[in-house]
Amino acid sequence: MSLQLQTNIAKPDSFYNRLIDMQRDLSEEEVQMMNAKLILLLSNHIGEEEVLFEAMDLAKP
Amino acid sequence: MLNTYDYPEFDYQQSAEQQSGELKRHPVVIIGAGPIGLTAALECANQGIPVVVLDDNNTVSIGSRAVCYAKRPLEIWDRLGVASPMVEKGISWQVGKVFFKEKLAYQFDLLPEQGHKMPAMINLQQYYLEEYMVNECERQELIDLRWKHKLLSISQNHDIATLVIETPDGVFNMEAQWVIACDGANSDTRKMLGGDFSGQFFQDRFLIADVVMKNDFPTERWFWFDPVFHKNQSALLHKQSDDVWRIDFQLGWDADPEGAKKPENVIPLLKQMLGDDCEFELEWVSVYQFACRRMDKFRYGRVLFAGDSAHQVSPFGARGANTGVQDIDNLGWKLKLNLDGKAPIELLDSYSEERVFAADDNLMNSTRSTDFITPKSKSSRVFRDAVLQLAEKHEFARPLVNSGRLSTPTPYLQSSLNSEDEDAFSSCMAPGTNCADAPITVSGHSSWLLNHLGGQFKLLIINEDAAHSVEQGGVKADVLKLGTDFDDTERLVSQRYDGEQGAVYLIRPDQHVAARWRKFDEAKIKAAIAKACCQH
Ligand SMILES: Cc1cc2nc3c(=O)[nH]c(=O)nc-3n(C[C@H](O)[C@H](O)[C@H](O)COP(=O)(O)OP(=O)(O)OC[C@H]3O[C@@H](n4cnc5c(N)ncnc54)[C@H](O)[C@@H]3O)c2cc1C
Repeated sequence: MSLQLQTNIAKPDSFYNRLIDMQRDLSEEEVQMMNAKLILLLSNHIGEEEVLFEAMDLAKP
Repeated sequence: MLNTYDYPEFDYQQSAEQQSGELKRHPVVIIGAGPIGLTAALECANQGIPVVVLDDNNTVSIGSRAVCYAKRPLEIWDRLGVASPMVEKGISWQVGKVFFKEKLAYQFDLLPEQGHKMPAMINLQQYYLEEYMVNECERQELIDLRWKHKLLSISQNHDIATLVIETPDGVFNMEAQWVIACDGANSDTRKMLGGDFSGQFFQDRFLIADVVMKNDFPTERWFWFDPVFHKNQSALLHKQSDDVWRIDFQLGWDADPEGAKKPENVIPLLKQMLGDDCEFELEWVSVYQFACRRMDKFRYGRVLFAGDSAHQVSPFGARGANTGVQDIDNLGWKLKLNLDGKAPIELLDSYSEERVFAADDNLMNSTRSTDFITPKSKSSRVFRDAVLQLAEKHEFARPLVNSGRLSTPTPYLQSSLNSEDEDAFSSCMAPGTNCADAPITVSGHSSWLLNHLGGQFKLLIINEDAAHSVEQGGVKADVLKLGTDFDDTERLVSQRYDGEQGAVYLIRPDQHVAARWRKFDEAKIKAAIAKACCQH
């Protein structure tokens, strides 16, 4: 499998809103920790190294 | 400070060659009598090579150094006849716990597979290890151990190295066909030859304390990230023999190394860790900075580098001495074949090839552990702490916790000495892998497979009828045959070597698989011996 780059989230606005809402009342440090945990949780869910590495490459500045 | 150990002082003796002024040519000279030089001496003697060992000092390793020794080096020391006092005196352990703040984040069990002679891991102070090896060296006629002999300079041509040595009686010269440089991380030999030694120095310092205390702490490896008694840093507690405990404290880069090791600073730190009512005494305290680096190649002409002189790793994972011993395992038989004119110098290049490969594996593992323990940036610190927090509750995050991946051998799967599999086999014991041990019976007595392999080439024959010894270019491989030479009482040999349908293994003198087949075929065995010895 390769990285899914087509739309895969059924309700984009709902998802994005939740993501931003989550951070609204957090300090910068709490946000950083939350983001790190989110990446780890989702990465484990995906599991496939190939897909993860592809995403990492795409995310690089 | 307390002393649970009396450091022996070995006698200096002037050598006959220095006394007479005669220039002698030796087959092998070893520089340095640390754990690797001493192992090298025993290995050479085991191969029948007379060997001289030079050390600028006259005692064993002083202070807090290696603690943990893994199964593979123990197997090598067992082949050389020195493992039993180590295992007897050492502390066997198998459980490791990792704490984040005050909570248990992760626990591992080395869960050693049954049916191996050597334990998965022992803890033993480095001075005991060296003392036992010195005792054995002194028993061996082929080993000439010379204390207070310092290498001052070295020069070499195509087939000879000339060494300039200083002793309390002055300076003299010796010649050597081969030199094994085991003179440690600050190797003088390496500097004299302009050897390239590069890698990474970690911007962190560690306080290493050996503490004597009697208590009922379990014999486990305890590692803390960010503990309450030492905020924002890490700490380690591990048992050694004689009720001595090894304690490491990460200090950070800004710490003052001299101040940190003063008892008035160390004792309060230990009290916070151990509790007020735990009685202890300091045995030794030092501050270290760690590095991960290696030489570009391990052969420079007639000089072969082994142990810390060739590669240095951070101690997370206990890989330093463990991997150095495996360098020697790889080197001894190759030197012997070359000295006997049975293998060209390329065989010594395969030493560099195989052990550079292993060093890179060790460096990678140690660097990864160090990056986890001492994160290099604010955001890597966030990821590290996120892993630790998640690990408390969620199983998935636990394997990401890295407080040191303990030393295991690196199979030489890509080695140019291997003959590739032609027949179908399960993947374990592929060419380049070190042989797994197994219990066997020999003429009615229980024994271990590894005690019957090694030292020279062997043909391990499992469930296959045809078999006889094979000679190729002066190199002989004798037969070790199931049913004739040993019985596989617990069927573990057949299992571990995938031998139910018949198997013929060509085993190198360092107990590594060179080639394997389902059927005995003399021509193929000869070709595989030639390949494993670089004969052409
Ligand atoms: C805190 C700490 C913890 C460690 N924990 C572990 C562990 O748990 N497990 C593990 O496997 N490893 C561990 N190590 C690493 C281990 O101590 C080293 O890898 C090991 O000592 C290397 O052995 P060596 O023989 O190559 O070098 P060394 O032990 O450094 O010996 C070199 C010898 O050469 C001699 N010498 C130097 N120069 C000359 C000269 N010019 N002429 C003659 N002789 C000379 C020296 O006197 C010395 O005897 C640890 C290290 C430290 C610092």
